Amino acid sequence: MSQPNREIEQLVQREYEHGFVTDIESDTVPPGLNEDTIRFISAKKAEPDWLLAWRLEAFRTWQKMRAPNWAHVHHHPIDYQDISYYSAPRSPKDGPQSLEEVDPKLLETYAKLGIPLHEQKLLAGVAVDAVFDSVSVATTFKGKLAEAGVIFCSFSEAVQNHPELVRQYLGSVVPMGDNFYAALNSAVFTDGSFCYIPKHTRCPMELSTYFRINAAKTGQFERTLIVAEEGSHVSYLEGCTAPMRDENQLHAAVVELVALDNATIKYSTVQNWYPGDENGVGGIYNFVTKRGDCRGANSRISWTQVETGSAITWKYPSCILRGENSVGEFYSVAVANNYQQADTGTKMIHIGRNTRSTIVSKGISAGHGQNAYRGLVRIAKSAANARNHTQCDSLLLGDRCGAHTFPYMETKNSSAIVEHEATTSRIGDDQLFYCRQRGIAAEDAVNMIVNGFCKEVFRELPMEFAVEAQKLLGVTLEGAVG
Amino acid sequence: MLEIKNLHVAVDGKEILKGVNLHVRPGEVHAIMGPNGSGKSTLANVLAGRDGYVVTKGEINYLGRDLTTLEPEERAREGVFLAFQYPVEIPGVNNIYLLKAALNAIRKHRGQPELDAVEFLALVRDRMGLVKMPEDFMSRSVNEGFSGGEKKRNEIFQLAVLEPRLAILDETDSGLDIDALRVVADGVNSLRNPERSLVLVTHYQRLLDYIIPDQVHVLSDGRILKSGGKELALELEARGYDWVRAAAA
Ligand SMILES: Nc1ncnc2c1ncn2[C@@H]1O[C@H](COP(=O)(O)OP(=O)(O)OP(=O)(O)O)[C@@H](O)[C@H]1O
Ligand SMILES: [Mg+2]
Repeated sequence: MSQPNREIEQLVQREYEHGFVTDIESDTVPPGLNEDTIRFISAKKAEPDWLLAWRLEAFRTWQKMRAPNWAHVHHHPIDYQDISYYSAPRSPKDGPQSLEEVDPKLLETYAKLGIPLHEQKLLAGVAVDAVFDSVSVATTFKGKLAEAGVIFCSFSEAVQNHPELVRQYLGSVVPMGDNFYAALNSAVFTDGSFCYIPKHTRCPMELSTYFRINAAKTGQFERTLIVAEEGSHVSYLEGCTAPMRDENQLHAAVVELVALDNATIKYSTVQNWYPGDENGVGGIYNFVTKRGDCRGANSRISWTQVETGSAITWKYPSCILRGENSVGEFYSVAVANNYQQADTGTKMIHIGRNTRSTIVSKGISAGHGQNAYRGLVRIAKSAANARNHTQCDSLLLGDRCGAHTFPYMETKNSSAIVEHEATTSRIGDDQLFYCRQRGIAAEDAVNMIVNGFCKEVFRELPMEFAVEAQKLLGVTLEGAVG
Repeated sequence: MLEIKNLHVAVDGKEILKGVNLHVRPGEVHAIMGPNGSGKSTLANVLAGRDGYVVTKGEINYLGRDLTTLEPEERAREGVFLAFQYPVEIPGVNNIYLLKAALNAIRKHRGQPELDAVEFLALVRDRMGLVKMPEDFMSRSVNEGFSGGEKKRNEIFQLAVLEPRLAILDETDSGLDIDALRVVADGVNSLRNPERSLVLVTHYQRLLDYIIPDQVHVLSDGRILKSGGKELALELEARGYDWVRAAAA
């Protein structure tokens, strides 16, 4: 290996900053998965019968399914009987009524993660529905949102307070049997976020959820459902970090978005699960099903994601463009460092007339990282004049990593125009030398080049998230961001 | 300023420079000429500290210190500037952003405060005028889509902003049209001062009509075969290199 490559690799070796474990008594069920586990979860959450029935049906579906093995990832088989499916932090009372009642250790954890709830309340104007393990413990800004008629709460609360909405939309975008992980999630999901924007309402603030896996060996099965009524608008931020762990932890979330006529949903993720150490030990297995349904005419769903973590990421935020003139967008930065494997991409399913989609995927591979982009653009017969533009760029740092691109296109309507562009580049020694010759340290130069490479995606992120994303990329790939 | 003694440099195990001696005093301009493949760019790269250029023998003394012990960015911050023969493109990185990062890294090294956006822009505007750099080049990615001549002009613009002590210009004149050559040469001349030294690598005597060198050296097959005043360049232009080689043999 040449000198400059070794240099780049030293730059990318940085320890995970968020590796610590909060010690909280968990009310955890023993590992194992059967119908009783599901009944336990449902009872614990005092769910209506229809939901228990739905979970059980999902479980029976899941039992007949096999884990997909076509993704460009390799991992040890997951023992689903070795996972504990419920864990809730214990509180002196039944549940905290305000921040003051929240376990101080939790708040401490958030502070370490740079999420000072108190300050956020005052400064940021961001409502936070924080998910700690499986139960939501703090929800802020309810008042202001309620004034606008926006519902933003934990999934469990939504089941209790808005069962008719949950029942109408749950599984309407990602059916319970959609895929192996979605079926598992449907059976055992414990909590998540629910968001409903009424007609002609612009959500007055960015909605934000921070996820964090805590108790060891507890699979995380979050469920998010966002419904944007006619003419409404919402921007939703999702951010995650996880503590350092030696066992691989499974994360199988489901996110469903529904946009009705003229509605817009912008969903942004900065994802920072623990990726495992430099030998690939530990780390989160992240198998997520995210799908948006542009159900109404002129609706728009936009996914923006920055993926820096996870041992294994398997994730394809997708859009079903059903409504006429609806628009789907996917902007992604995925980093695979050390032994990380990222298999991400999107699906754009064009059904309505004049539907448009844009895909911008930026894959960065370093160390032994393997990055795969997998995208499907399907134009149905009904989708006259559909348009897609896909741009898929890969950046390699060092010579032991890889980038793979698998674009799939299916066009059943000849009036459609589907375009695909792909590039692969390596941060060249000559680029690095050029910057250094101008006085810029090598790690700052790498940062500059990487940030330049990601610019098109970063500019889609809300401002404060863009800064966070750059920071994360800096932490993942080298030192400070220039 | 710069004193090179008996410098031997190998690239991929192959000896390219075979005992170069060169002494550049503050404020002097030295021109290095010589046939293709004679080692001119190798000399420029080894001064800048490029990886893979191994000093096997000899020494490079810069402002009283051993230059070879410094990393490339340290050399740059100490005032060594290389205008590249082939400036590289860096897509996505803003030209002006790179320059600001570079200038502030250098200023920090010198113990000077970083320039804020307003001060930096004022400086940039001033130096842009020096090389008649169109404004829209600032917002473009580093060298991306620049024509050959525009890249060279950009190098001199960076030189003007970074104000190095020792500037090595590797064939900056190649690829410039006649008017651009004049502009760039005027720019370089205006940057000359008693503290700043220049090493010009060139194939053409024409550049030296504009930037008058104190000394001209002929580098051939890794050795300086002949040195002289500016009239040597005229002679080379008229007679080529064979007679120098023959005389040295
Ligand atoms: N990696 C390498 N392995 C072997 N030889 C090399 C390598 N790199 C450069 N050389 C050789 O070193 C010699 C000097 O190259 P250099 O670029 O310094 O020449 P130059 O004088 O700048 O030429 P020009 O006038 O064409 O720019 C050339 O013969 C070149 O082929
Ligand atoms: Mg050369």
